[in-house]
Amino acid sequence: MSFLSGENMTGGYGAADILHDCTIAVEKGEIAVIVGPNGAGKSTAMKAVFGMLSIHTGRVVLDGTDISGLSPQDRVKAGMGFVPQTNNVFTSLTVQENLEMGAYIRTDDFSETMERVFELFPILKEKRNQQAGELSGGQRQQVAVGRALMTQPKVLMLDEPTAGVSPIVMDELFDNIIEVAKTGIAILMVEQNARQALNIADKGYVLVQGRNRFTDTGEALLANPEVRKSFLGG
Amino acid sequence: MTDILNALILFANFVLVPATAYGAQLALGALGVTLVFGILRFSNFAHGDTMAFGTMVTILVTWWFQSMGVSIHPLPTALLALPFGILATVGMLLATDRLVYRFYRKVKAAPIVFVMSSVGVMFVMNGIVRFIIGPDDQRFADGERFIIKARDFKAATGMAEGLTIKVSQALTLGIAVIVVIALFWFLQRTRTGKSMRAFSDNEDLALLSGISPERVVMITWIIAAALATIAGTLYGLDKSFKPFTYFQLLLPIFAAAIVGGIGNPLGAIAGGFVVAFSEVTITYAYKKFLRYLLPENLEPDSLVQLLSTDYKFAVSFVILVMVLLIRPTGIFKGKVL
Repeated sequence: MSFLSGENMTGGYGAADILHDCTIAVEKGEIAVIVGPNGAGKSTAMKAVFGMLSIHTGRVVLDGTDISGLSPQDRVKAGMGFVPQTNNVFTSLTVQENLEMGAYIRTDDFSETMERVFELFPILKEKRNQQAGELSGGQRQQVAVGRALMTQPKVLMLDEPTAGVSPIVMDELFDNIIEVAKTGIAILMVEQNARQALNIADKGYVLVQGRNRFTDTGEALLANPEVRKSFLGG
Repeated sequence: MTDILNALILFANFVLVPATAYGAQLALGALGVTLVFGILRFSNFAHGDTMAFGTMVTILVTWWFQSMGVSIHPLPTALLALPFGILATVGMLLATDRLVYRFYRKVKAAPIVFVMSSVGVMFVMNGIVRFIIGPDDQRFADGERFIIKARDFKAATGMAEGLTIKVSQALTLGIAVIVVIALFWFLQRTRTGKSMRAFSDNEDLALLSGISPERVVMITWIIAAALATIAGTLYGLDKSFKPFTYFQLLLPIFAAAIVGGIGNPLGAIAGGFVVAFSEVTITYAYKKFLRYLLPENLEPDSLVQLLSTDYKFAVSFVILVMVLLIRPTGIFKGKVL
């Protein structure tokens, strides 16, 4: 039994289903990556795990509890952190205020968590009083991840964290994500840069048209000739 | 030299002082509009009549106090009644939200639906105010009227022109400064204020962070009610209270909010003064002012008034149109309507 798992999920936004019997799971301290061609339902699968769209079949289990009926807000309270692909920071708020808002549901003292986020992303400490909208793309992503970490989640979900950033920044972000995973958090992410993402993944899911096509360790998927040919450009 | 001084005193007396007070009143009104726009994402057409409602309650309580002989002389009794006016308006706006806007939020109605329903709310509120206090002019200012009287000023300085500063004008500016500081402190420093800014900035992410929209909306209405009542009461003390005038204030208030950049509180304040000063300088008759400054043979025969005061709303309207054409985000980069 995995720490977080979406089992046999079938559902979509409207009448037509996008996901078909799709299963995704991740363990504590591990990185699971969802890859696949455009329109494969990668983001949809992650949103289903987070409760942003309804699945009529299947269930989502977090730490042994069925959370299928919870709203996204309640899932945050249950220990899930979510970083959307776009509009994932409060642009008119300062970096520090962004982190404070991330900790909004916490009633205890969160200064220690903030210090840890600053340790993870030292640049944010430097720019703590700057508006998040003034930061570069990579720094914004760091704010977004930092904001989600403020609730001290047990699972962190990232929707294409490296979309639109330069290759150097991408490497940096992946390093950050590995650091986060090392603290014992389960990480589930959707990635467009499949090769690099699978490189750091403990587990990879290749989705095609809303269905599980390949599921294996990142290493094995990278070595799989069929996966290489179809999804990684040879 | 005395001519130049006299011209300046004249200008201060008829333009600078009244426009500053008027600007502060508009700024407080525009702050309410801009906050509601930032959080609830619609232009609240009922704001002028909300001001009228709050002022009406304040006036009724003022009269009651006056009849009991309660007074805070030399300050106007209305200041004492103001908290009651604010409370009643808070109740009114929360009830309106419950009865009208909450439904549209639930069905995720388009912004224009909110705007139109606020027009409905405006008519209802307008009717309530006229029904209770009547459509006529009401005067409720008491206490000392002047800080500096024109005659005393002339006697003290020996100038031909006098400067008048009314208590209501000084009060307006003083209270506006306090209210603005308090509001900005609240928005910048408190957890609730920050959550309101976060909600205004990015609603989805705010929901994801566990910020409760209903709470944010409620606090917004409470602040809007307080701002509207304070602005309305100060305007009424400075001029007089007439329900129709308050309805008409909607135009300069919206012009102020949009000039400054709607959704941006700092912009609302700047916009209030821009609109007030434009209105007053354009409708002021400069004949006497120029007579002090120009040589005798160049003295103007006409009033040298760019626009009759009857058309003062045209000024707001022109500003509004110009801003929307040239810089729709306003001075301080607010949102585009």
